[in-house]
Amino acid sequence: MHSEFLMGNEAIALGALAAGVRVVCGYPGTPSTEVLETVAKRRPDQVYVEWSVNEKTAMEIAGGAAYTGARALVTMKQMGLNVASDPLMCLEYIGVKGGLVVLVADDPGPISSQTEQDTRHFAAFSKVPCFDPSTAQEAYEMVQQAFDFSEKYGTPVFLRPTTRVSHGYASIRVKDPEEYLVREPEGFVKDSGRWVIFPRLSNRNHRLIEERNAHLQDVLSDDPANRIEPGEGSGADSRRGLAAGGISWTYAMEARERTRKVPLLKIGTPYPFPEKKAVEFLSGLDEVLCVEELSPVIERELIYVCGKYGLKTRIYGKQTGHMPLSGENTRDSVLAAAAVFLGAEPAAAAAPELPPPPELPVRPPVLCAGCPHRASFYAVKQAMKGQKTIFCGDIGCYTLGNAMPLDMVDTCLCMGAGLGIAQAIDHLEPDRSCFAFVGDSTFFASALPGVVNAVYNQASFTLVVLDNSTTAMTGHQPHPGTGRTMMGQVVEKVSIEKVLRGIGVETVETVDPLNLKAAVETVRRVAAQPGVKAVVFRSPCVALMKSARRMTVDTGRCIGCAKCIREIGCPGLSMSGGKAKVDPAQCNGCGLCAQLCPAGALEGVENHA
Amino acid sequence: MRKNIVLCGVGGQGTVLASRLISAAAMAKQIPVMSAETIGMAQRGGSVFSHLRMGEGIWSPMIARGEADLILAFEPGEAVRMLPFLKPGGQMIVSTRPVMPVTAALGGSAYQPEKMLEYLKQHVRNLRIVDADRALEKAGSPRVLNLVLLGAAAAGGELGLTQEDLRQAIRTQIPERFHEMNYRALTACGDA
Repeated sequence: MHSEFLMGNEAIALGALAAGVRVVCGYPGTPSTEVLETVAKRRPDQVYVEWSVNEKTAMEIAGGAAYTGARALVTMKQMGLNVASDPLMCLEYIGVKGGLVVLVADDPGPISSQTEQDTRHFAAFSKVPCFDPSTAQEAYEMVQQAFDFSEKYGTPVFLRPTTRVSHGYASIRVKDPEEYLVREPEGFVKDSGRWVIFPRLSNRNHRLIEERNAHLQDVLSDDPANRIEPGEGSGADSRRGLAAGGISWTYAMEARERTRKVPLLKIGTPYPFPEKKAVEFLSGLDEVLCVEELSPVIERELIYVCGKYGLKTRIYGKQTGHMPLSGENTRDSVLAAAAVFLGAEPAAAAAPELPPPPELPVRPPVLCAGCPHRASFYAVKQAMKGQKTIFCGDIGCYTLGNAMPLDMVDTCLCMGAGLGIAQAIDHLEPDRSCFAFVGDSTFFASALPGVVNAVYNQASFTLVVLDNSTTAMTGHQPHPGTGRTMMGQVVEKVSIEKVLRGIGVETVETVDPLNLKAAVETVRRVAAQPGVKAVVFRSPCVALMKSARRMTVDTGRCIGCAKCIREIGCPGLSMSGGKAKVDPAQCNGCGLCAQLCPAGALEGVENHA
Repeated sequence: MRKNIVLCGVGGQGTVLASRLISAAAMAKQIPVMSAETIGMAQRGGSVFSHLRMGEGIWSPMIARGEADLILAFEPGEAVRMLPFLKPGGQMIVSTRPVMPVTAALGGSAYQPEKMLEYLKQHVRNLRIVDADRALEKAGSPRVLNLVLLGAAAAGGELGLTQEDLRQAIRTQIPERFHEMNYRALTACGDA
């Protein structure tokens, strides 16, 4: 054993390696991404790792690996679980031989997701047991426990951290590589009665799963993942308690220290719910406040337990207005709620009252200075000026094309959805010129069925592929268009243009968006074609390159019109003393501003910084 | 020793690396550390923070309002935004150099950095203002504000770590070709 300062996600990766995982796959998504990246960096030779094309494929690969007796880990964010739900729902009925851990990171807030969905519900829906860690150290231990559990009971198991657990760092104790479990899988053994899903098998296994999960409620009631921190004190004060799970449990632990040390129930396995442990906790209490994020899962389970066992304990939380219905909990919100519930003034360190501050800067996330997506959006905007259009966006950095002054994202739903929406608008409003924007990673992950559908069903729209040769938003992961794999191989790229032509898209043109004139002309030419046609804007992500030049303003020439700022909203440009000013710490020298400056005042210089 | 530190700034200013260096220096002295920071979409030019907690008996990496012993602010507006986290009598170290948001350039927000510094002077008893332009010129690079502020905090004693502790952390955490530049930044506001 040794100590390391690790992010929760890194701890999960090392825990999986310690548990002898052999296959790790997934699709990037905040806040889950670092798990797989850490496996790739720290893996022993026998471990296979890949970024799969999407979560559904990843789930199927992990499931197949578990069929052989190998331990497998599949990673995704909560939105990805929606994509992977088809194979997972069925895998639960088939069962596994090797341990299969499904790492799904939830995102209360949400901080970087479309929904605040709660994977604990998905656990109950799919009947897959779920471990819910509160700290990085616990996540490290739980992932190992989850593998044992998965194998012992023949079921996939969820490990479900949330953002603050996944992205929080702590100095934790981890095993040395020599201590990692090493085990050769038995291999796939033919048995169609086991591996081929038919209604008869599903009927039989459904019953077995329900019986097993009822049994697991008892097993988990005795597991330290679910435990009671005893209270201190007596009388009426000792008749109240707190119940919490995930990161909120740590907030509750610290709130107890500053209010009153009441009993605290920790729920580490929200499904199957440890009923007997809950009964033990509730039996001595009149009132319980539930502290959790996303859905009131613990709260509803405790109400259910009270009804089932005839307990009189009153349960408070989201449904009673004692806790917020949406968004993240914080140390402060939990402390305040606990103080009200316990009728105790919080001790020490109250924030001082301050007069309201001057107007604070508003900082919405923006496309980086020099981002080629800015140039692509601007080119389409210029090309289609004055026409009736719709610009359907998608999920990735380029969602930020919605910001003023670009204002080039009219819709955004989920990965790949822009293609479907564009087709619908085209059918209903044939006089509108429809565009669907999709990134290169998203193109492979979820756009292909949409293109096939559009071509075959005679839709008419322009597909714009924003190809920056990486999965940028989540931190630059490879995908089939990049030509490298997580195993370190350099391989043939899958060509976006060839794929499109193969499907039957006849007009496919590729252009560098940073060449503004050519880009605008290309969009005009392509958009005028009938049917499904495509523009591929290809220029690498600026965050991946060390730029050799940056822009500078010739203040003698600058006429102070601010067109460069009003048109493209680059964070590297501002006005100073009536003239444009370039921030050398941000500028990457893309030169887009120089191409639209009416006075020729912007020029590139060699970058020495 | 139990210490809560908030680092705040704008995405791209190097708060994450600064937090990593403090953690590594604390780890080297066998002090338990926890931290949490902004990751993901908000990093792209948004307000970012790191919470860093050192010492025994800590459960959560997050800091509550009024609990920070020290705030290292990389930007005046962000300093004001995070001020409610400072405990009564806590220390704030703030850089003078503003990062203008795109919204200000478009006329959508009236951000006036000098008003932020005025507000801080009025309401923070233990305030140290770091003249970033002068310090960065002395360090010889516009991109080492994080080390300048860390050096200032170490010199003042509020960090609970010395410049030598941080120098050790730089050696283990940062590629060698940047060491000299970072050492210079560390002492740009004075040795200790």
